[in-house]
Amino acid sequence: MTWQPDAECMEREELEQLQLERLEATILRAYRHVPFYRRRLDEAGFDPDEFRSLEDLRRLPFTTKADLRQNHPYGLFAVPLRDVVRVHASSGTTGMSTAVGYTRNDLKTWSNLMARVLVAGGVGKEDVVQVAFDYGLFTGAFGFHHGAERVGASVIPVSGATPRRQVQILQDYRTTALVTTPSHALTIADALLEAQVPRGALALKWGLFGAEPWSESMRREIEEKLGLTATDNYGLSEVMGPGVAGECLERKGLHVAEDHFLLEVVDPETLEPVEPGRTGELVITTLTREALPLLRYRTRDLTSIDPARCACGRTLARMSRVRGRSDDLILVKGARVFPSEIEAVLFEIEGTEPHYQILLERRTGGDEVTVLVEVSESIFFDDMRRQSELREKIERRLSSELGVTVAVKLVEKKTLERSNGKARRVVDLRGGAP
Amino acid sequence: MLRVRNLGVGYGPLTVLRRVSLHVREGEVVTLIGPNGAGKTTLLRTVAGLAPARAGEVLFRGQDLGRAGPERTVALGCSLVPEGRQVFAAMPVRENLLLGGTVQYRRGRGQEVREDLERVHRLFPVLRERERQLAGTLSGGEQQMLAIGRALMARPRLLMLDEPSMGLAPLVVKEILAVVERINAEGTTVLLVEQNARSALRVAHRGYVLETGRIALEGSAEELLANRDVQRAYLGSEAPDPTGAGRAG
Repeated sequence: MTWQPDAECMEREELEQLQLERLEATILRAYRHVPFYRRRLDEAGFDPDEFRSLEDLRRLPFTTKADLRQNHPYGLFAVPLRDVVRVHASSGTTGMSTAVGYTRNDLKTWSNLMARVLVAGGVGKEDVVQVAFDYGLFTGAFGFHHGAERVGASVIPVSGATPRRQVQILQDYRTTALVTTPSHALTIADALLEAQVPRGALALKWGLFGAEPWSESMRREIEEKLGLTATDNYGLSEVMGPGVAGECLERKGLHVAEDHFLLEVVDPETLEPVEPGRTGELVITTLTREALPLLRYRTRDLTSIDPARCACGRTLARMSRVRGRSDDLILVKGARVFPSEIEAVLFEIEGTEPHYQILLERRTGGDEVTVLVEVSESIFFDDMRRQSELREKIERRLSSELGVTVAVKLVEKKTLERSNGKARRVVDLRGGAP
Repeated sequence: MLRVRNLGVGYGPLTVLRRVSLHVREGEVVTLIGPNGAGKTTLLRTVAGLAPARAGEVLFRGQDLGRAGPERTVALGCSLVPEGRQVFAAMPVRENLLLGGTVQYRRGRGQEVREDLERVHRLFPVLRERERQLAGTLSGGEQQMLAIGRALMARPRLLMLDEPSMGLAPLVVKEILAVVERINAEGTTVLLVEQNARSALRVAHRGYVLETGRIALEGSAEELLANRDVQRAYLGSEAPDPTGAGRAG
């Protein structure tokens, strides 16, 4: 099913025309109404009147989280505050939360883009949608809430209840669609096992998980444990919230709402565009946002883009699942390591739990990487020999996969830190630049 | 159906359109709103082949209209109802309409002209009643109907209307816009330039705001009606704020 077939299945040529028109209007509005952008574009010698193609976008300066921070809270808004009907904030994954404003039209667009994601993920009018994100400044819960209402589904705004309570509601309300982060979904799945609720007692069909990077193996595990079809979705509060992209049931990449967002992929170090299809940092320009238009916003998220037409009929390009953050890029002993690569290895090894943490320390002999891995109870309390066998196996696999020597430490289930459903993957104790 | 990319138009040292891009899909009513002097009329005249472009391209059903000229543009199916009607005042109504059918004769479809005349009479019964009257004796509203009828005689796929409501009484405006909706429902795509933004957005699917030779905003009619800048600048008043929030700031 497709929520807005006209937009989601538009011919490429038509889409590019629309993008060009909207981009021109966005640049003009940002230039006219946001002093920051007027200054930036003037400094860069960029005349909005000379803008003529999507390629010209590359001559625009980037916008960064630091720019948002310096203009916090309302400095980058392109409309007067009286036209703003909602304010959210980014979740502050990287330690800085900044204000995001919405006009009435922005909220309406958001609802429709969320409806696209939900419908693409299988959800329809007859579904009962349990939103297990925290309702608050963070955009996740409200975005899905609006979208599910727009679709006409029944929304249960459970918010951040205990896993036990989530399980209770899954059962009692015959929830058919669960919305949360993938790691939180696993926590709920664990609570399900603990409460000894058989999977058959649930009515779950669909899972829409996002807001943090996850892997194919993690998807399989969640699907197995909760008995649902899981799709990935993507967004970030700075440009709107969730709804920027979402998987269809083909599950071969996330369809990007290209009629509302223009995406580029650049090398995080050189900031030059990467070759088509290659992984790099995602840069987003908003095309329709009224309250907070952003030009070339550096998301820090690593992904690649596939423009090929999808079997589902949508013509919108697909981004790969987020492969980590460019900030998470660990430079250690001259190698470039992404946490997602470690995750992929762990999932292939039996006995490990999908929770891990990467610890970086500086020793006299150089940097050291230790990966803390949660293991199932049976293994943790098992004899030393089996434990060390497993540990050595993981060390070998990781070291060969990453090209860096890695130490592994096995820890008991549920000992690694989890905050607001988001897992903390990297702890860097090296202090300062390497 | 119509695709305009980076269109630049000027007269001598004067730049009227800077870099305008817009499109009209088959079956749509698209409106172009904006203040006086923004370049709306120039845009329509350029598409119609009446003003030369300095830069950019105009594609109509895949064909470049850039150097086509007015006659070929009409022959390709793109007709303009100019601002201020411009009917032939000294000619009877019927002859005015038949002139609009010239292109049909050239297409070798002269026999269809009678049908077309019938259609125009159905849309505007008053033109049948005044068939023998000189166009100059018609009221402003009737002349506007005649101008639209004359354009329809060429069987356009895209009908461009420049300020059809100008100088007309509110009731007549309503009547004319209702006919525009009907023409669209019968299969003609419409590009409508209007001062009266509210009325235009009521009949349009989508719209563009043109300001000083640039597109400042694109969106569905619904979105533009809800946009506060549009409300302030073109709708005369702000819509009531349902939250009851004050007007401070």
